[in-house]
Amino acid sequence: MKVAYWPGCVSRGFTSELHGSMAAVAPMLDIELVELDRANCCGAGVIAEHSQELADTLNARTFALAQQEITQGADLMMNICSTCQGAQSECQQRLDASADYRAQVNETLADEGLEYQDGIINKNFLWVLVEDIGLDKLKTLVRQPLTDLRVGPFYGCYIVRPTDRLDINRAQPRDEYLGQVIETLGGTVIDYAGSHKCCGFPIITMNKAASLEQAGRHLGDAVDAEADCLVTPCPLCHLNLDLQQPMAAKQVGRELNMPVLHLPQLVGLALGISPEDLGLQHHIVKPTSVIDWSQAVVGGVGGW
Amino acid sequence: MAEFKLKIRRFDPESGTAPYWDEHTVDLEPHRSVLEGILQARNEKDGSIGVRCSCRSAICGSCGVRVNGKPGLACHTHLDDALASAGEDGVIEVEPMGNMPIIKDLIVDMDAVHWKKIQRVTPWLIGKEPVPEREYIVSRESMIDVTQSMACIQCGACVSDCLSMEVDPLFVGPAALAKTYRFVGDPRDAAHEQRLKDLGDDKHGIYDCTHCFKCIEACPKGVAPMNQIMRLRRIAGNDFHIKDRNNGERHEAAFVKNIEKNGILHEADLLPDSYGGKFHPRAVPELISSLPIVMTALLRRKMTPAKALLHPHRAPDGVKKIYEVVEGRDQRNEFNLYISGTDADNEGTAEVAEAIEAAEPAGVAPDGSAGSSA
Repeated sequence: MKVAYWPGCVSRGFTSELHGSMAAVAPMLDIELVELDRANCCGAGVIAEHSQELADTLNARTFALAQQEITQGADLMMNICSTCQGAQSECQQRLDASADYRAQVNETLADEGLEYQDGIINKNFLWVLVEDIGLDKLKTLVRQPLTDLRVGPFYGCYIVRPTDRLDINRAQPRDEYLGQVIETLGGTVIDYAGSHKCCGFPIITMNKAASLEQAGRHLGDAVDAEADCLVTPCPLCHLNLDLQQPMAAKQVGRELNMPVLHLPQLVGLALGISPEDLGLQHHIVKPTSVIDWSQAVVGGVGGW
Repeated sequence: MAEFKLKIRRFDPESGTAPYWDEHTVDLEPHRSVLEGILQARNEKDGSIGVRCSCRSAICGSCGVRVNGKPGLACHTHLDDALASAGEDGVIEVEPMGNMPIIKDLIVDMDAVHWKKIQRVTPWLIGKEPVPEREYIVSRESMIDVTQSMACIQCGACVSDCLSMEVDPLFVGPAALAKTYRFVGDPRDAAHEQRLKDLGDDKHGIYDCTHCFKCIEACPKGVAPMNQIMRLRRIAGNDFHIKDRNNGERHEAAFVKNIEKNGILHEADLLPDSYGGKFHPRAVPELISSLPIVMTALLRRKMTPAKALLHPHRAPDGVKKIYEVVEGRDQRNEFNLYISGTDADNEGTAEVAEAIEAAEPAGVAPDGSAGSSA
């Protein structure tokens, strides 16, 4: 399949290993990525906090650019960030609700020759994996099953709430997909308290103690549940859970050492891509537990 | 009639015993509520089950509980729906709400948390001076704007699941902040700025919310407390330029500027700018404290000095244009779905309005008084 691909900002900034691992995994899943390199930040809820119309118009611009690719054969728009998914879905809900409002937003976009038409399909890689590629197909592609790897899912708020806006229901349990993917890849899903909670990142500059307390608590719960690692579809969660983990450990007063993988990295490991090609060496918390496992199967990463 | 298994969380803090689960089978029509199930268990099986309820019609807000882990009103949750969301064993789990101390079983201490926080925000109208001789006259639109926050029935479901409050019990919280918007959005109130200033000076005020959407998901009345918090921030930052103690307004301004300049987020600038700039006295200790992490990140080549210091990406003209137009408007444009509804919801309403207008004699309302047909 071909997708209009929105990588987001953080996946090209502080978590560039995410963008890289997506690029490594895509061809193996037969996904052609057409990158939306002129598109803009989704606002992460912060721009909407400042001005709703500004956030809606910026995202309408990204949608319009994606629709140009969809006209030329892309199946849908795909993102790799829970926060992008949530912030963009929120704007899309308003844009799709009213033709009058859409017309006003499109007037602002007209200068650039862009127009957003309602009803774009914009899915996180997690949703594409389960709904479009399918778990059956994914299973056939697994080269190195994650046998004995105990993985805790960490979704990120924006991709699981609110359920009505994100079309999460019994027929489409998008809030259980990470578990389904981990199982399909041969791993063991760890049930722990923090899987659907907030990583705390949005208030890291506003109330650092509360922010790190959230990250530390969820990581600690995962440690107590004897997880080997966490996996997340959200690079912002990754910042608080991995980059800030040493600070979070201080905040909660305990050792954590919990590796946190980006979703495409976990998929990539199972598809047989080397940990190095997936950028695992860039993480703050070395994914030793994961690498021990892959050494047995893949033969080590070396070089770091 | 059908049988349903209810597993009720029991706890009496005065007993000295730990909380435990108690299972009862009740026999009721599937469309009956979880509350009726609990009451049947209490009336027929065990009179000591503690539960609070009154109206049984989802309006008094007394019977807030967690059903299968999700907060809501026990009287507003059908047994068949609860069964569908239950685990594989087909047992409906009923627990007390979170973030509040338990008085007994399903009854939590609303006074200790919820009502204290509501009182914290001065939950009454502070009238403008001089007091008008007769009633305050306000436009219809301005009152419609606060109807969403007025729909709150004080059940505490949002407080129960607030993830910020879970780690910071001092956080003013979703219910009280939604109540704040009820007055900040009311044109008759004289203290908009003072209310917002007060909540900006409080480190646990409007900028302590993480956008986790839990309260939106929890609310049985569609109040969307988080959206009201975002509206409070919008007014505090844009209209009153309130500098809060959490750097919330600075962070927001830095983020908005960052995208205007770069099109996509340049994180290396955002952090110092959120504290007022690289050399601001507030930024310096923050930057120093994050140095060990920055060093590790550089060592692991998570970021490179060039990426951190240079700006490889510039905002496309289209983005600049959007900022120019939207930021240049005299009035902020806010589209609230709760009030406006979708085109699909409103289909046909224009025709109905026209039909009513056509049926009425010009200038005379149906009650015979002179008035507009608006």
